[in-house]
Amino acid sequence: MTTTTYLVIAVVALFFLVIFQISKAAEYVSVLKGEEQSRKQTNKVNAFLMLGFMILGLFGVWYCNHLLYHKTLLPLESASVQGERVDSMLWVTIMITGSVFIITQILLFWFAFRYQEKENRKVFFFPHSNKLEVLWTVVPAITLTILIIIGLRNWFYFTGDAPDNAMKIEITGRQFGWIFRYPGKDKTFGKKYYKLIDDADNSLGLIWKDNAAMNLKDDPATHDDIITESTVYVVKNKPVKLIIGSRDVIHDVGIAQFRLKMDAVPGIPTTMWFTPKFTTKEMQEKTGNPNFQYEISCDQMCGNGHYSMRGVIEVVTQEEYDMWMIKQKPKYFAAFPDKDPANKKDSTVTATAVTPK
Amino acid sequence: MSNEAVLHTPSSYAVHDDHAHDHHHHETFITKYVFSQDHKMISKQFLITGMVWALIGGLLSVLFRLQLGYPDSKFPWLQDLLGKFWVEDGRITAQAYYALVTTHGTVLIFFVLTAGLSGTFANFLIPLQIGARDMASPFMNMLSYWFFFAASCVMFSSLFVETGPFSGGWTAYPPLSALGQASPGSKTGMDLWLISMALFVVSTLLGGLNYVATVLNMRTKGMSMTRLPLTIWALFFTAVLGILTFPVLFSGFILLIFDRNFGTSFYLSDLYVNGTVLPNEGGSAILYQHLFWFLAHPEVYIVMLPAMGMVSEILSINSRKPIFGYIAMVGSLFAITCLSLLVWAHHMFVTGLNPFLGSIFVLFTLLIAVPSAIKVFNWLTTLWRGNIRFTPAMMFAIGFVSLFISGGLTGIWLGNSALDIHLHDTYFNIAHFHLVMGVASFFGMFAGVYHWYPKMYGRQLNNTLAYIHFWVTMIGAYLIFWPMHYEGLAGMPRRYYDYSIWESFKQFAELNRFISTVVIIVFATQFLFLFNFFYSIFKGRKATNPNPWGANTLEWTTPIHPGHGNWPGEIPEVHRWAYDYGKDDREFIPQTEPVGANESHH
Ligand code: HEM
Ligand SMILES: [Cu+2]
Ligand SMILES: [Cu+2]
Repeated sequence: MTTTTYLVIAVVALFFLVIFQISKAAEYVSVLKGEEQSRKQTNKVNAFLMLGFMILGLFGVWYCNHLLYHKTLLPLESASVQGERVDSMLWVTIMITGSVFIITQILLFWFAFRYQEKENRKVFFFPHSNKLEVLWTVVPAITLTILIIIGLRNWFYFTGDAPDNAMKIEITGRQFGWIFRYPGKDKTFGKKYYKLIDDADNSLGLIWKDNAAMNLKDDPATHDDIITESTVYVVKNKPVKLIIGSRDVIHDVGIAQFRLKMDAVPGIPTTMWFTPKFTTKEMQEKTGNPNFQYEISCDQMCGNGHYSMRGVIEVVTQEEYDMWMIKQKPKYFAAFPDKDPANKKDSTVTATAVTPK
Repeated sequence: MSNEAVLHTPSSYAVHDDHAHDHHHHETFITKYVFSQDHKMISKQFLITGMVWALIGGLLSVLFRLQLGYPDSKFPWLQDLLGKFWVEDGRITAQAYYALVTTHGTVLIFFVLTAGLSGTFANFLIPLQIGARDMASPFMNMLSYWFFFAASCVMFSSLFVETGPFSGGWTAYPPLSALGQASPGSKTGMDLWLISMALFVVSTLLGGLNYVATVLNMRTKGMSMTRLPLTIWALFFTAVLGILTFPVLFSGFILLIFDRNFGTSFYLSDLYVNGTVLPNEGGSAILYQHLFWFLAHPEVYIVMLPAMGMVSEILSINSRKPIFGYIAMVGSLFAITCLSLLVWAHHMFVTGLNPFLGSIFVLFTLLIAVPSAIKVFNWLTTLWRGNIRFTPAMMFAIGFVSLFISGGLTGIWLGNSALDIHLHDTYFNIAHFHLVMGVASFFGMFAGVYHWYPKMYGRQLNNTLAYIHFWVTMIGAYLIFWPMHYEGLAGMPRRYYDYSIWESFKQFAELNRFISTVVIIVFATQFLFLFNFFYSIFKGRKATNPNPWGANTLEWTTPIHPGHGNWPGEIPEVHRWAYDYGKDDREFIPQTEPVGANESHH
């Protein structure tokens, strides 16, 4: 430990000592002065502080908003069509709960101040009032019903079926990263079986050759599946349906800018769909942040690397997407280089050439 | 008259059999302070053990807030103090960070706000306020504490095992919690965590059954259920909830133990972990979450209700005015108890839950806001046109209401699944449940301690220290948790060790530093309370007034130092409800006073 540490400890200890001494002294004084009188004095001070707390508190609420609002997602419109609905619902909820917050907090601290103990005050013996109680049962109930209706309409829209033209992408969580799969030209995801997973060349366990021991047959649909890690490309204004899974523990696909998230549960696939509204480039301009990325954050505790389980969604135009897609090679060819037509062509042209490993 | 003389006046002699325990046999140190069967001593044991855990839990949060607030700083002295496992190169390790967070959550929710809160006040207040000599089964009551103590020891020992304590979050979701190869914390640390929690469940059940039996059977003459103080109603419903839900948690843990140790696949299916394929197929990881939340949602009310009960009592006493809407208060406690059993899946909206099922849970979840709203409005009306005395307990009670409003309102956001899909597992959620459950219940607990301290120890606490404690904690709580809503609204996920690699979340570095600094100050301030508490046990001013707050309830009719058996003479008879304050120009009318001939009716 350094001397500064000792110094800090000494100062803190001294500070506490002073507080204790003052508190003890205050007690003695109150006994000497007459306890009832000093109690009344303290009562006034505390009543006043209650009022002060309310005023400063409300100011603090405003000030906190002033400092932090622009750091949230709210100033920018949502980057997905679905997120717009989340936002509008959020605003209705803020308005309602915000007004209740302000009214009830003001009443609480105002009553505390206003009805502080006074010599001749006669309290109002008021044990109940059916009218009032019915009032504040019915009004919250009606308000909540409205919120429920708005909420459930959105909920069924979010969890409902994705449109038919949606692009399907599979996303699989693992400790600690994301694996993406596109179905390839045949538009079908080939079958997979978790016992075939091998981090060397088959990270998802695709069934791409016969396996007698496990009684599995090669599924040709796997042969054109495209697998990428950490970054996934999607097209602006085109709905995307994610089919979500996990290899090991529970993860969660969270995309804050789209206002959505869904768990990745091993053994139980889940889905989520959304329609991105802006390309990554557009967002970089809108946010004024050249480093802006749509980040996939893992939102479910999944182990010691949870905080670093980052994926990126690159939202691009259709042309850019097509350009990118052309360059992708099915994973099958990496596992079986001899099946790759590109390699075959090479070997027929120069039979003697050594194909690089 | 000497104490002995008071004890042996003829009237008390007549009921000699009633208080067979009273002052007759000699008590040794062991039977009086250690294996005591006196509910008052057991309650103090719960309280002090709870305080030790609160201190540990708080300290853990200071440590992990150091990491969040000062991710680039190095703390070599911490490394000297804690060793390589926890701190490496002067930085808290990720493994240690998650172990700290997990242990913090577990011990605060279960050991402090369940055992420390219910254990203390159910034990202390139920017999004293219903007019009973002790609990229905003092022996079971003692066992309840010692099971808690054993659970504490096991949990504490897990801090010292080589692979560290459990680190998968207090919710302990499998497969992470089931598989040692998925995380070092899921090895021995998790075994100890499960053993500790199993012991804890036993403790809670032993205690809870006792509380329920005592409230139902041992009320004094005239103490009908509708004359019970609200504290007792709240503690009663708390115990009922615990009895109904803890066994479900227990079964969930048993299955987890089987999956961990005996090769079953209740929660496990299709796993490839750390380079190996596991044989388990056909289990469901989601099943655990249903079993867990079936307890853990009611658990938040198990934590809340005792605080609500005590706050109702304290607000009424110190406003010198009856609690407003007693029947509605009991009714809303009952409604909360029932509804809280039907909302568990609101923690699971994004697990792929069937959307229709989800919508039912939205409905019930938002419905529970109605009884909560009733309570808030009734508390406000209780203050209205009162004559308020700001005792330290009253300050904390008012603080409780404020925090409960702030945290409760955001429950309406999270309970609406379409919003939860955005805010789930972000800092918004952290802000919500810390305000509504964490800090608010703590305030209820502080209020209770400040209010009943003279009854517990026959001495008074220092008021100046109490007021400083209140104001710093109140302001600090808001400074810590209010800004977290904004982090949540940026989508910042909870349980992250470091945000600096995230373009979307790193803008809060400065705020995190601010929050961590406030955490340290608020934590330090709690020592004022601890000092006040322990110092006053021995050196506090002696209580001279057996009823210092001018309260109506029965505990204040006992002597300043009640013996084992509580009332030296006959147990008093009750003639009215507990809230005749300010009635007919009388400041207060104790429950023991018969209804006068010309007394007004309400
Ligand atoms: C107005 C009534 C309330 C409503 C509508 C409500 C709703 C919710 C919802 C929906 C969540 C899940 C959020 C998420 O995980 O994304 C949640 C979380 C939580 N709530 Fe509440 N709540 C209410 C009151 C309370 C109370 C009174 C307590 C405690 C006494 C409490 C404690 C908690 C806790 C501990 C969590 C976090 C659970 C976790 O680890 O994920 N809530 N609340
Ligand atoms: Cu994760
Ligand atoms: Cu819940």
